[in-house]
Amino acid sequence: MNKETRIAWVYKPSVHLLALAPVAWLVWLGAFGQFGPNPAEFINRYLGDWAIRFLLIALAVTPLRGIFGWNVVMRFRRMLGLYAFFWTFLHIANYIFVDQYFAWHAIWEDILKRNYITVGMLAFLILFALAITSPKAMVKKMGGRNWRRLHKLVYVAAIATPIHFFMMRKGFQIEPLIYGGVAGALLAYRLVVWLQTRASRAQAA
Amino acid sequence: MIIKHRRPSDIPSSEITPRSVFENRRAVLRAIGFGGLAAAMPMFAAYPALANWRPGKGRTLKGVPHAKYNAKVLGEELTSFDIVSTYNNFYEFGTAKRDPAQNAHTLKPEPWTIELEGEVEKPGKYSIDDLIKVEDVEDRVYQFRCVEAWSMVVPWLGVPLSKIISRLGPKSAAKYVYFETLVDPNQMPGQRRPVLEWPYKEGLRIDEAMNPLTLLAVGVHGEVMPNQNGAPVRLIVPWKYGFKSIKSIVKIRFQEKEPPTSWSIANGREYGFYSNVNPTVSHPRWSQATEKRLGKNNVFGLPIRVPTKMFNGYEEEVAQLYAGMDLSKFF
Repeated sequence: MNKETRIAWVYKPSVHLLALAPVAWLVWLGAFGQFGPNPAEFINRYLGDWAIRFLLIALAVTPLRGIFGWNVVMRFRRMLGLYAFFWTFLHIANYIFVDQYFAWHAIWEDILKRNYITVGMLAFLILFALAITSPKAMVKKMGGRNWRRLHKLVYVAAIATPIHFFMMRKGFQIEPLIYGGVAGALLAYRLVVWLQTRASRAQAA
Repeated sequence: MIIKHRRPSDIPSSEITPRSVFENRRAVLRAIGFGGLAAAMPMFAAYPALANWRPGKGRTLKGVPHAKYNAKVLGEELTSFDIVSTYNNFYEFGTAKRDPAQNAHTLKPEPWTIELEGEVEKPGKYSIDDLIKVEDVEDRVYQFRCVEAWSMVVPWLGVPLSKIISRLGPKSAAKYVYFETLVDPNQMPGQRRPVLEWPYKEGLRIDEAMNPLTLLAVGVHGEVMPNQNGAPVRLIVPWKYGFKSIKSIVKIRFQEKEPPTSWSIANGREYGFYSNVNPTVSHPRWSQATEKRLGKNNVFGLPIRVPTKMFNGYEEEVAQLYAGMDLSKFF
């Protein structure tokens, strides 16, 4: 089996399976009545957890290549980014349908008035824009430069998401800070690389 | 270890509660509760008629307050014991709703001592049996409204706090009552994390504490209070958001100044001292206009949303406490 065959027939299906396994687990929990008396809350936490995890996994791809030289991981970057959007989309859909029962007025008020929802919605809109511009045809249409510029917005989402999580929790809670720390490290890597590149360019010039 | 400093004027516990009664507190509470009925009822059965509330000894049925307060929730379904005892905010045992039910077994509710201090005639350390007379225990079915916009209908067993306060003799300087939860990370593992400033602190104005609705609860659904619900004794203030109803109380202090409370210390913009249930004052985190009635589901198996009532439906009993106050300022 050559490398391309392995990617197409082994790696990619494995990543799909792993990325969708939490859906199966959620369905399993639901089938056995494990959501508790407030299903919207349970499902929302569950989907939110996976949304932030996949966002961080997608953001880990570039550092993994840079640090360990694993070029092959780049083949999964778009796919993992789309899974981050997939989980975020389910998270929002649950909020709208299962939690708010389509009460658009209440939802609009939430977005305007509740800061943690405002911040979360911003992250969702960014991921939405990146998801619809993810096909190769869109890259061509927009031009590589514009496309890359737009997709830099993922860094804003990477900051907004742990903030949304921290604000949502009551009191002073550790878990969102851990996610925030990971996001910070992944962004710090990019900052360091950017500074290095700039310095070496300046030298060359 | 001396756990009780008694003044000569204090009433000995043997006079308050017959020894045989307080020694069998658990058994007595079960007998006077409707545990038998609850067990015989399917989980989501409709609330039984008033006359059937106490198939046991019926000893507290003669108390007028039952008809008066419980009638408010007639026609409402009781939230099942299963939900009441597994869906809890009790951060001393973890921040997820299921954590308290899983972790609270480390709490030792017996023996239990409550320290009474401050502006009161009879301060001292009281064992719970000295403080709460079993004959005074009443069944009170109250709406329970959490600030997170969910609600339950809960049959508490408890004693009006006013009865206890009157017996202790508050002085005229006692303008506020301060309550404190146990601090012991061995019994309450959640206290190893700085989620809130431990101990959990709460407070009421003295007239709120003396309101006949305010309860010191020792049981729920005809059973002795489960650990995860705040064993052995907790406050119930049904017209305020649930976090005011402090659990596992070890200290009650009468004082002149308004005490800082745990949630107002953590975030004063979001949680005020009064925290009365009020659908017109929206919270920075949750609109308070509606609430999810847990256990009462729609066809999709999701809890229905019902409009939230002013003072959680207890306007008649408590509105006069806040006459002339701007409730959006004193939220």
